[in-house]
Amino acid sequence: MIKKITLPLEKNVIGELKAGEQVLAKGIVYTARDQAHKRLVDLIKNNRKLPFNLKGGVIYYCGPTQTPPGKIIGSCGPTTSARMDNFTEPLLKKGLKGMIGKGRRSAQVKKAVKKYKAVYFIAPSGCGALLAERVIAKEIVAFSDLGPEAVFRLQIKNFPLIVAIDYRGRDIYTEV
Amino acid sequence: MELSKVREKVYALAAEANFSLRKDLKSLLLKAQKKEKKNISRKALGWILENAALAKKEKVAICQDTGLPVVFVEIGKGIKASASLMDTIKKAVEDSYRDNYLRPSLVEPLLRASSSYRGAIIHCEFSRRQGLKVTLLPKGFGSENKTCLKMFNPTASLQDIENFIIGCVRKAGPEACPPFIVGVGIGGTSDYALILAKKALLERVDRFSKDERIAKIERNLLRKINGLKIGPMGLGGSFSALAVKVKTAPTHIAGFPVGVNISCWALRSASCVIK
Repeated sequence: MIKKITLPLEKNVIGELKAGEQVLAKGIVYTARDQAHKRLVDLIKNNRKLPFNLKGGVIYYCGPTQTPPGKIIGSCGPTTSARMDNFTEPLLKKGLKGMIGKGRRSAQVKKAVKKYKAVYFIAPSGCGALLAERVIAKEIVAFSDLGPEAVFRLQIKNFPLIVAIDYRGRDIYTEV
Repeated sequence: MELSKVREKVYALAAEANFSLRKDLKSLLLKAQKKEKKNISRKALGWILENAALAKKEKVAICQDTGLPVVFVEIGKGIKASASLMDTIKKAVEDSYRDNYLRPSLVEPLLRASSSYRGAIIHCEFSRRQGLKVTLLPKGFGSENKTCLKMFNPTASLQDIENFIIGCVRKAGPEACPPFIVGVGIGGTSDYALILAKKALLERVDRFSKDERIAKIERNLLRKINGLKIGPMGLGGSFSALAVKVKTAPTHIAGFPVGVNISCWALRSASCVIK
């Protein structure tokens, strides 16, 4: 039986997730990739209010295609997480608890995930059509001028994930 | 030749390339799924194949990164090359990307504002075949970012070259969406080696080169790359790459350029010939 989890993550759930473990997620995630990260971190630096509540939240590194008629969302797989590495610690410090993407993270991110007791998941990469079927609602939240790089609030169900870095800083790519 | 016919045929390529997995690639993925022994890696291959089936059925892009459209044009016999022919091809790609709800991923590099569909790259050459051949390669940037070029000394050994290529694949790692198709260009100039590497991705990936000398290099590289055990999604297993394709061109006595252009598992391309 694959473990089912709800996002945003409860503290006790984070404590149970182990690197290498497969889970099926439901609940709420916010999309954000390169330009949105740059803006969010700029807002934090300038002590400005963020456009959505990061506390306990989960960010999905994703920039979907346009939405075809009759669909909730277009293709929406994960993008390369490493490009967000330099922006990650300030977001964790602000209360971010989960990230979903693909590929390895820097040593600095690993340390920060451990320090802030968060978790990094990977989603099936290059599987945007499959993941689109697991999104049940989509709503734009911020930075609409960024087009596909805007922040969207997605409601997901049965979303296949693998724990890649757990709260103890254990990494699927180096230690599992 | 009527430009409206060119437009119609080229327009159809964006949907074909982005929604339908190449047959040669699909056969390699199915084979890999059958052979993979590690459970989680086999499951990842299962997701990949399920995704491809859904993309085709639902007319949704295989991957949200519908790439920077790279277009290879071959002007054959009886075709009059002109700026308006190139404009027609570019516009057809741009419009079909928009009309098929693909991702507007292109931006002016310094401003990086308002991403759009404008900016396809055309490589044009002449051929002795009949008609106009147009090939669309939507190049995703998760893998494009892992491109490598090295200008070796002319005295470098084949071993040196192989080690470099294997090193590139190791660096590409889990984030470039393995199992990869590895395009290698050897010779020419620095830019030409990389174009050869990209063109290598357009050849059939389910067979080795007809040139036995090149085929030997491809087989050897594929075996060593799979020895890296990166595996689908970087989860380990037997398939870090599905194919290695090598192309060569004459180079200078003072140099030995080697370009490596990696494609994610979702290598997408489509071609048409207009007579």
